[in-house]
Parts: sequence; C-alpha cells; structure tokens
Amino acid sequence: MSKTSTPNGTQSATSAHSAGWPLWEVFVRSSRGLSHVHAGSLHAPDAEMAVRNARDLYTRRNEGVSLWVVRSEDIMTSDPDDKDAMFESPKGKDYRHATYYTKSEGVKHL
Amino acid sequence: MSGTSTGHAADHSLDSYGDAAASATRVTPGNALRPEDIVLQDTAPASEAAAQYALRLGDDALVYAQRMAHWVSRAPELEEDVALGNITLDQLGHARSFLTYAGKAWGKTEDDLAYFREEEEFTSVHLVEQPNGDFAETTVRGLFLAIYQHLLYTRLLDSADETLAAISAKALKEVDYHLEHFEMWTLRLGLGTDESARRMRVALDKLWPYVDELFTDEPLYDELEGVAVRPSTLRADWDARLGELLERAGLAVPQVPYAMCHGRRGEHSEHLGYILAEMQVLARKHPGATW
Repeated sequence: MSKTSTPNGTQSATSAHSAGWPLWEVFVRSSRGLSHVHAGSLHAPDAEMAVRNARDLYTRRNEGVSLWVVRSEDIMTSDPDDKDAMFESPKGKDYRHATYYTKSEGVKHL
Repeated sequence: MSGTSTGHAADHSLDSYGDAAASATRVTPGNALRPEDIVLQDTAPASEAAAQYALRLGDDALVYAQRMAHWVSRAPELEEDVALGNITLDQLGHARSFLTYAGKAWGKTEDDLAYFREEEEFTSVHLVEQPNGDFAETTVRGLFLAIYQHLLYTRLLDSADETLAAISAKALKEVDYHLEHFEMWTLRLGLGTDESARRMRVALDKLWPYVDELFTDEPLYDELEGVAVRPSTLRADWDARLGELLERAGLAVPQVPYAMCHGRRGEHSEHLGYILAEMQVLARKHPGATW
C-alpha cells in the first residue's frame, strides 16, 4: 500500500478519481501580499478547467485575488501513520522557543 | 436610514419594496444594477418600443434559465453542476432586470411578466426553448447563445437608454464567463474522443436550424435607433467567432437549412408550453405567494 497521502488524508491520490477526472488541490490568495492558502480540492479534466472550477467553488464570495491548482498526486506528503516520529522530536526542547530564555540583567529595551 | 446610506442610492427606500428587500439574493457586491434598483429608479419608464425590446432580451434569458435549471443535480460532475447552476442563475438575474425594466413601462412587475403571461405572449427565440439533450447539445446551445449575448451586450453598452446599458454592463461580465466555459468545453469535446466529437457534430446539426432567428430584424428596431442593436448587424462577428472556434476544435460549421421560427411574435414550438407550465404552476396556483 502506498505510504503517501493527499492533504485530504486519502491514502492515494490515484484512487481518488471521479469518472476519470483527476483530483486537484486548490490554493487561494485572499489578497495581495499574503501567501496562497490551501482551500480544498476538486475534480477537473485538466489544469485550465481546474482553475475555472476552483473559481466557481472557492472564490464566489470575494474570497481571493489569485488561484493555484496542483494535481493532488503531484504533492508528496508526510504519512499520517508516521506522525509521532515525524513531529515528536521538538517536544521537550523548550530551549528552541524564545520564551524559554529569561531576560538578562541590565537589558532595558528587549 | 437615508442619512447613513453610502452605497446604493436606492438602499434607503428598500423597505418600500417589501419582501424583495429581505431576500438573500439582494446582496450584490460592487455597484451592479439590481432589479430592485430598477424598480426604484425615478427616471422615466421605457418607451413602448424600448420596453418591447427589453421584454425580448428578458424572455430569451428567462426561458434559457428555466431550461438550464433542469441540469442542477444532473450534471456529469459536481463541479460542472455548480458551473451550469451559476450560468443558470446569472441568466435568471439578467431576465429579472430586463423584465423589471419592461414591466415598469406597463405598471407590471417582473413576476407578472414571468408567471402570468400566456405562451403566445412570450417573445423568446426558439433556440432557448429546445430540450437540453445530452451534454454536447447543452454545450452547443450555450455556445451559440453566449457568443450572441456577448456581442449584443457589448454593443448595448453604448445604448442611448441608460438602463439598458447598465443592465448590459452587468450581464456582460457574466456572459464573458459563460462564453469561456462553453468554448472550453467545445474544444475538449471536439478534440476529445471519437464519441465526444461525434456527439458535438450531431448537436451542431440539430441546433443550427435555430440560429438564423437570432439575427432576424423586426420593424420594432426602426423605432429604436441608437437604443437597440439591430440583430442582423451581429451576424458577421458571430460567424467569425464561431467559425474560428469550431476550426480549432476540429469541428465544422454545419451545412443545414434554417427553420422558420417566429418566437418574437409569439409563435413557439411545442416545448415552450411545457416549460411555462412547470415555471408558472406555483405562482398561478398560489397568486401572491411569498416565502
């Protein structure tokens, strides 16, 4: 079984087809200066149609100024089953956070 | 309220428009002209000829929207369902504005005109009342109409009638999208599989007879110089745009004779009666009903 998964958590993007249309992930930029944020997914026969469909499904109420679509199967993701190993290590390493450190004596303007 | 209103000039008196003011559909971003605004405009109502013209444009959009609404929940994919639903609602919106404007000249509302006219009083073209058929037929009909409306509304921006120009300006932005949608599908189906190309050819032949009516002039236009667009003057651009697209899609302009259609004077195919029966039954059974 494939160890990859789409951002939706489906095990394999290639199994997530609908009537032969591949799945696409949609990223919307809400305004200039901000980055594109994942908004959801949809099915479309090709990239151009995916952008059009994304416009219908994710930007109908002035949500954005720009759209990106990416084939879901082109996204390599971390394995949900490996979550612990993948993300556990920072725990207990408080010194990685600025709040761990106390203000040195005599520092006035920190 | 009038002192605090900064958006639409009409907002302060929406209360007088009753239930429409409470409708969820009245939230329109931007300064697009809404049917509610047209009702409240204190400009002179349309002349009889201009009202007749608005009625024709409204009837085309209304009957087309009612036809297309049948796709909702039946499209081949959820995404296409939403797209066709959007196009349907856009067209319904255009119909509402045109019918509101026409009705104002006659002391009637958009609902009076949509729900309480008989079949022979409708002035829509035969193309919009044709059955949806398969997806190829829906695409071809949508393409024919979108090219036509795109050219028409672009020209109407210069109409001496400010309301018709304003309605067209709003409609044009939406028809721009409809046209792109149907052009994209024409390319994909034409260049798709043998079966999709075959179905497109069948659909083109089937709907071609209804094309000529779109470009037929009437005596009405003699009274509307500078206000209306003479349909025959759109033909060359329509042919050019369609021909170019069909060539790119590996399809050909049909060589099929035109049908005799007189929808503009109330002579319709047998299809329109069924469409109106479904569209009008609720309003006629419960006159004045709101929810």
